[in-house]
Amino acid sequence: MMKKLLIGLFALLPTLTMAAGPTVPLMDANIDLRDNASLQRGAKLFMNYCLGCHQMQYQRYERTFRDIGIPVEIGKETLIFDDSKVGSHILNAMSEEDAAKWFGAAPPDLTLISRVKSPDYIYTYLKSFYKDESRPFGVNNVVFPLVGMPHVLQELQGLPTPITEEVVENGETVTKIVGVETDGSGEMSDDEYDQAARDLTNFLAYVGEPSRLESEAIGIKVLGFLVIFFILAFLLKKEYWRDVH
Amino acid sequence: MADKIEEQTVAVDTAAKSGGIVSSVVNWIDDRIPMTRVWNMHIAQYPAPKNFNFWYLFGSLAILVLVNQIVTGIWLTMNFVPSAEGAFASVEYIMRDVEYGWLLRYLHSTGASAFFVVVYLHMFRGMIYGSYQKPRELLWLFGMLIFLALMAEAFMGYLLPWGQMSFWGAQVIISLFGAIPVIGEDLTLWIRGDYVISGATLNRFFALHVIALPLVLVILVFLHIVALHEVGSNNPDGIEIKRKKGSVAEEDKPKFKFHEYYTNKKDVVDAIPFHPYYTVKDILGVAGFLILFCWVVFFMPEMNGFFLEAPNFEAANPLKTPEHIFPVWYFTPFYAILRAIPDKLAGVVAMGASIVVLALLPWLDRGKVRSIRYRSIWHKLNIAQFVVTFLILGWAGATPQTVFSTILSQICTVTYFMFFVLLYVYSKNEVTKPLPTRLTK
Repeated sequence: MMKKLLIGLFALLPTLTMAAGPTVPLMDANIDLRDNASLQRGAKLFMNYCLGCHQMQYQRYERTFRDIGIPVEIGKETLIFDDSKVGSHILNAMSEEDAAKWFGAAPPDLTLISRVKSPDYIYTYLKSFYKDESRPFGVNNVVFPLVGMPHVLQELQGLPTPITEEVVENGETVTKIVGVETDGSGEMSDDEYDQAARDLTNFLAYVGEPSRLESEAIGIKVLGFLVIFFILAFLLKKEYWRDVH
Repeated sequence: MADKIEEQTVAVDTAAKSGGIVSSVVNWIDDRIPMTRVWNMHIAQYPAPKNFNFWYLFGSLAILVLVNQIVTGIWLTMNFVPSAEGAFASVEYIMRDVEYGWLLRYLHSTGASAFFVVVYLHMFRGMIYGSYQKPRELLWLFGMLIFLALMAEAFMGYLLPWGQMSFWGAQVIISLFGAIPVIGEDLTLWIRGDYVISGATLNRFFALHVIALPLVLVILVFLHIVALHEVGSNNPDGIEIKRKKGSVAEEDKPKFKFHEYYTNKKDVVDAIPFHPYYTVKDILGVAGFLILFCWVVFFMPEMNGFFLEAPNFEAANPLKTPEHIFPVWYFTPFYAILRAIPDKLAGVVAMGASIVVLALLPWLDRGKVRSIRYRSIWHKLNIAQFVVTFLILGWAGATPQTVFSTILSQICTVTYFMFFVLLYVYSKNEVTKPLPTRLTK
């Protein structure tokens, strides 16, 4: 009986171990939601480089401007490129059918991407494009293999090439991409590009949860009140219970 | 000192007698419904054992969380759109455009997890102090029904945001009913109202989540409390505070006034009125609980993916299966039992049995001594292994299946059920410590 059970168990092994795939370690995005300058630069990058294909269908322009410290009039002039009203959601004109035809899959909405993935993932993703002639747009991505998206920030970063390393895995030597190195053809230095990627990540993290800072500001007060209330409740309880003890 | 207490506990009576506008209103109401009588019988003059400890806070906290869920739920309903097309967007509308909508939503989502935290601790209290034993079997069964209704409520509520994990989690769990022979497939169709999870499923889950199940829950909670007050609370010593009439010497009787409903039939020892003693203690518990609760609500509502799972921030997509599908943490121990068994039907049966067997505790425990304090080392070890088992199962059900986690789940499935088998065996002739005659500190 026990033997049969064990055999049954081991028969399950191959299907179970296959499930886990390789994962790339993520870089630390090191963002700061209180840094309005960074958020504003991120918003500018988003509106210029991302919005053509990716929408933020749940987030509105006006709310965004107010939260990250852009006067609404200035935001309207500099960051709204179509005839959207300032109270509109952040949308583009691309239809989903067309997008799916052009890229293989419709570019995902980015309102909540920082919560589906993580800021670290986005930061790493933005820094992990590399030249790969076998792909339709000539680029691939270390954290998102076979990505269907072009390297839209190429004019800023330049075109990176992969750094590879020979690793022994399960007794076999395989070539692994461990990082990328830019060719220097972009407008930005490495440090400037890192900052740009960080700004964009910061902005996406803000949009993912626009209430985060307000929540923490209220939370501090709520916890402060509760701690005082706890102390008073403790003293009240002690006073009443003197009768029992 | 004793005089002062008399004053407090009979305050309601005297207020009613002493003339004035308040008392005449009270009298007017009391002539029509038994307001003062119910207040005294169940709160101000309800005899509660004087030795309740930390573990006895979770009943009142469960009521607090229930109220939180109902109140925040009502306000969420005002802006939620229960349709496959509108649900996900309406949740983000609540998060962004509704004033303090994010707070309502986080209070509700954190409240769901908090509900299970306090209910699991409440149930564990019942287990260690033997509160399910005679004469509290029905009280325990009402509790188990509340647990079942709560699981159904949480499961249906989780579909409503219409995220990826909502959709696929529901898909997996409902498909389990398909394992039932003969009627299985028709049953899943009947539950979903469609061949797949769809807007039809969302709509009926919404109806059940906001009306049917909360109503059932509130009624069951009422019955749970009625049953509790009829048999009286157990306590950490597991001995009765109600004694045979006339068996307690006058100087051993408490100095407090209790309602005659309790004192006419029995003598009560070591008791204190629920109000004000346990109301002030519960307020302290509420304050402590709220500190932890609000810390999560305001600073980490996702709780590292345990309370709000990352894939659920992506709208449901029937064409794209998430990499891993997990239920929320409070279902994972039972989910691990399901996955531990390679055969689908056997897995479903084992999972169902793991919940039903809890309801049978009053009859599986044949011991006469209730509290862990006076029971054998075997019982202590058995409860300890049950706790470890439950935690490991919870972990295993929330991790992608590996050989290790599967074997671990299988071992723990066995030890989970062994808890009940062993309890049944050793409790018959268990060597226990002598019980005290009166409550200890």
